[in-house]
Amino acid sequence: MALGSPEAHFLRDLVYQRSSIVLDDTKGYLIETRLDRVARAAGLKDVNQLIHEARAGRMVQEIVEGITTHETSFFRDRHPFDALKEKVIPELLERRQGRRLHIWSAACSSGQEPYSIALTLREAFPQLDASRAHILATDLSEAILDTAREGRFKQMEINRGLPARLATQYFQREGMYWRAKPVLRELIEFKAMNLAEAWSLYPRPDIVFLRNVLIYFDVPTRKRILDTVAKNMAPDGVLFLGAAESTLNVDDRWVTEKHGPARYYRLPQQEKR
Amino acid sequence: MKAIVVDDSRAMRAIIKRALIAEGFEVCEAGNGQEALDELNKNGAPDLALVDWNMPVMTGFEFIQEVRALKQFDSMSIMMVTTETESSQVEAALEAGANEYVMKPFTPDVLQDKLLMLGLAR
Repeated sequence: MALGSPEAHFLRDLVYQRSSIVLDDTKGYLIETRLDRVARAAGLKDVNQLIHEARAGRMVQEIVEGITTHETSFFRDRHPFDALKEKVIPELLERRQGRRLHIWSAACSSGQEPYSIALTLREAFPQLDASRAHILATDLSEAILDTAREGRFKQMEINRGLPARLATQYFQREGMYWRAKPVLRELIEFKAMNLAEAWSLYPRPDIVFLRNVLIYFDVPTRKRILDTVAKNMAPDGVLFLGAAESTLNVDDRWVTEKHGPARYYRLPQQEKR
Repeated sequence: MKAIVVDDSRAMRAIIKRALIAEGFEVCEAGNGQEALDELNKNGAPDLALVDWNMPVMTGFEFIQEVRALKQFDSMSIMMVTTETESSQVEAALEAGANEYVMKPFTPDVLQDKLLMLGLAR
């Protein structure tokens, strides 16, 4: 799809209106590849035919989901999971005194992030069963949530980031797929949610994973999302962003804390509500 | 760091070798488990062995069993790199003494990731 073409403009506007996600011109090839997949899945000839459908108001949700869903891997960037295991969870558990721990994986995509959190809990905190820990995993895309909820991963996905021992212990081969065992699945609840729209969460999450999400939004939307996160999370809760993201110049109330190479954010105590 | 790539396919050895060199490894090759064992006995163990499962003369699985029975190569990490993808096979390889397992086909970033897990990445 030619940059600057009417089709490219139409798609950019459509995706922005529906998801507040800004598509920049460098992503042309990626967008075309993803749309090609959407077109084929719908039995259409090519991307042009798909855009024709979208102009008539059809296939819009499929297009937005196809473009905004990104690939990920188990234990992506590693360090946040080390921080979770070694510092963040032990500290919160001490303060919570037995109260259920709530973790939110926002924009969970095909589920590698919430399953990595569940694996961390199972391995390092076996005492935290489903009655003591809850992972809420949300994404814009209903289609991707269906896949994530099933906990089925392709071999290529299992290869990526997941130590072999954890693969055999917590996943079961089902034909071409590896499926997460109930001991992981029971910790996670999957729900559709558009971060760019109005939302609220209860119970308040103690830990928020909002990684590699803000980069897709424009600055006013980033501000709004971070503000809503601040209002919704536990007052002493912890926020993880992507390795290349920061609250700096977006919402400067957040204080950066470090554990090894991992960085995470907290609101100062006077922000308590 | 040093590595040995053990695979009966020359093309596969070349692919893995290229990926390892990009990660800063000095790499030697062997066409089956026996050749690899001979190389270890002659020149000592490298930091890492990447081993295919199905090979003539001595399979990768047999190689792992032989190596782990000899205590002098304990410091060497072993990564199985194979088209065998049953959960029971992954378990068997780990039990025999493999440290990690890569299912073919794979991309270079998978290998890079596994090196990180083994503490062998740059």
